Amino acid sequence: MIPGQFDYVRPGDLDQVLAILKAREGEAKILSGGYSLIPLIKLRLAQPGVLVDLRDVTGLDRIVETDDHLSIGAKATHRQIHETPVIRDTYLLLHDVTGTIGDPQVRNWGTIGGSVAHADPASDWPAVLLAGNASIVLRGLSGDPHRLRVGDNPAAAGDAVRERVLPARGFFLDAFTTAIEPLEVLTEIRFPRRPRGQGGGWQKLERKVGDFATVGVAAVIRLAPDGRIEGSGIGVTGVADAPFAATDAEAVLNGNTPSDDLFRQAGVAAGAQSRPAADVRGPIDYKRAMVAEMTVRALDTALERARANA
Amino acid sequence: MTTQHITVDVNGTSQEADVEPRLLLVHFLRDTLGLTGTHVGCDTSNCGACTVHVDGVSAKSCTMLAVQADGRSVKTIEAMADGANLHPLQQAFWDQHGLQCGFCTPGMIMQAAWLLEENPDPSEEEIRWGISGNLCRCTGYVNIVKAIQQAAGELNAADSAPVVAAETTEGQAVTAEPAAAG
Repeated sequence: MIPGQFDYVRPGDLDQVLAILKAREGEAKILSGGYSLIPLIKLRLAQPGVLVDLRDVTGLDRIVETDDHLSIGAKATHRQIHETPVIRDTYLLLHDVTGTIGDPQVRNWGTIGGSVAHADPASDWPAVLLAGNASIVLRGLSGDPHRLRVGDNPAAAGDAVRERVLPARGFFLDAFTTAIEPLEVLTEIRFPRRPRGQGGGWQKLERKVGDFATVGVAAVIRLAPDGRIEGSGIGVTGVADAPFAATDAEAVLNGNTPSDDLFRQAGVAAGAQSRPAADVRGPIDYKRAMVAEMTVRALDTALERARANA
Repeated sequence: MTTQHITVDVNGTSQEADVEPRLLLVHFLRDTLGLTGTHVGCDTSNCGACTVHVDGVSAKSCTMLAVQADGRSVKTIEAMADGANLHPLQQAFWDQHGLQCGFCTPGMIMQAAWLLEENPDPSEEEIRWGISGNLCRCTGYVNIVKAIQQAAGELNAADSAPVVAAETTEGQAVTAEPAAAG
C-alpha cells in the first residue's frame, strides 16, 4: 500500500515541534514510533499534511521514580519500559502490559506517548493509565493559535510555552480522540508512586498473540492495614468507544474486604458498564461476560501483589 | 513532489538517495537498492516477512518510512551469509526444514537473529514469544523453533570456541568460527 503524499520534518527540540504544529495547524501529526500511525496512513484512513518526527528531540525517553511519582517520557518504547529495573521490580502492572502490546517488533519501536495520544479504543495503555490514576503531561503554546498565518515564526511572535497536567480520567474522549489540543504535544506519563499495600494486575483476552484486545482489564487495589480495600482502579479497553474507568466496579470494591464473591460482583458491574460492539471478536453478551471474567482475574493478581507488598 | 535526501548505512555500505517522505523502508530496500531478499507479506505490520534490523533492533520495514532510517544503519537478510558460507541460522533452517515455500524465511531469520543477540540461550517458550510477530503458513513453526535452537547452540559454541583455540593456535581461532561449529 502506498501512502498519500505528506511532508516529513524532524525537529531538534520541542520548541521547534510546537512551532511546526502552529505553522501547519490542522494538518500536522506527531510521529513517535509509527506502529499505529503509519498503518493508518497506508490505509489512507489518516492523511496528514506533515509528519513531525520526535526522533531527534532528546530527553523524552527518561524513566524516573521520584518521591511522588513514576515518570515515563513519551518516547520510551514499550520494550524499554518492560526492561527498566524499577518497573520490573515494583510496577508489575506496567511490566505485564508492556509484554503484551502488539508483538516484539512493535514493542521495539512503539512508544507509550504515541500509543496514548493515538488512543485506539482497543489499545492496552489507556486501561492501565485509568486503573493507575496516571496523569498525562502536555506541552503547548499559549496565546491565540489562530493569530498566526502559515509560515509565520511562532517563536518570534512571543508565544509562551505552557504545560498542562491532565488526569487520565477524562483524557480519553472517544475513539482516537483525546483531550490533547492541536497545538500540544504529549511529553510524559506520570503514575503515582506505588504505596505499600498496593498491587496491580493485567488481563488481556486476544484471539491470537499480537492481536488487539477483545477485552483488556487493568486492576489496581490498595489494602488498608485491616485488610479492607481502601482504594481501587479498574481500567477497561476494547469494549466501548473509548477505554473507560469501571467506576461502578470500584464502588463495589472500595471499603470492603476482598473475597471471590466481591470480585465477582465487581466484574459483573464492570461488564454492565461496558458498551461493546458486536464484531469479529464476538457478540455483545460474550464481551460483557469476558469483561466480568477478566476483571476477576486481574483483581486476583492485584490482590496477591498487594498482599505481597503489605 | 518533494523529495528528501537520506543517507542510510545498508549492510555496511553507505547509501544515499532522494526519496519521497511516503516511501516505505521496505520499498527503499527492494526497489531503490534492489535488495529483494526482504519480502512484503501482509503490508499491514502483522506478518513480519519484512523484518530487518534498524540500528541493531528488529523492525517491520513495511511500517517504517525510509526517511525514518536516515542516518541509521539497516541490516537485511543479504548481509547474513559470509560469502558462500551460510549464517548458522540459515544453515539451521536448511538442516531442520524450517521452511517450505520460504516466503516468511528472511523475516523469520532476521527476527531470530535479533532474538539470539538479546537472549543467546532462549527456551522453547522464549523462542515462540520471540517470533510471535512473524507468521508462517507452511511449517506449523515446529521446525522453525528447532532451527533457532540449533543455531543458538552453534552460535554459543562458536562464541566459546575461539577462547579454546586461542590457547593453541591463534590462526585457527579465526577460521574456526561458525561453519566449524556443529
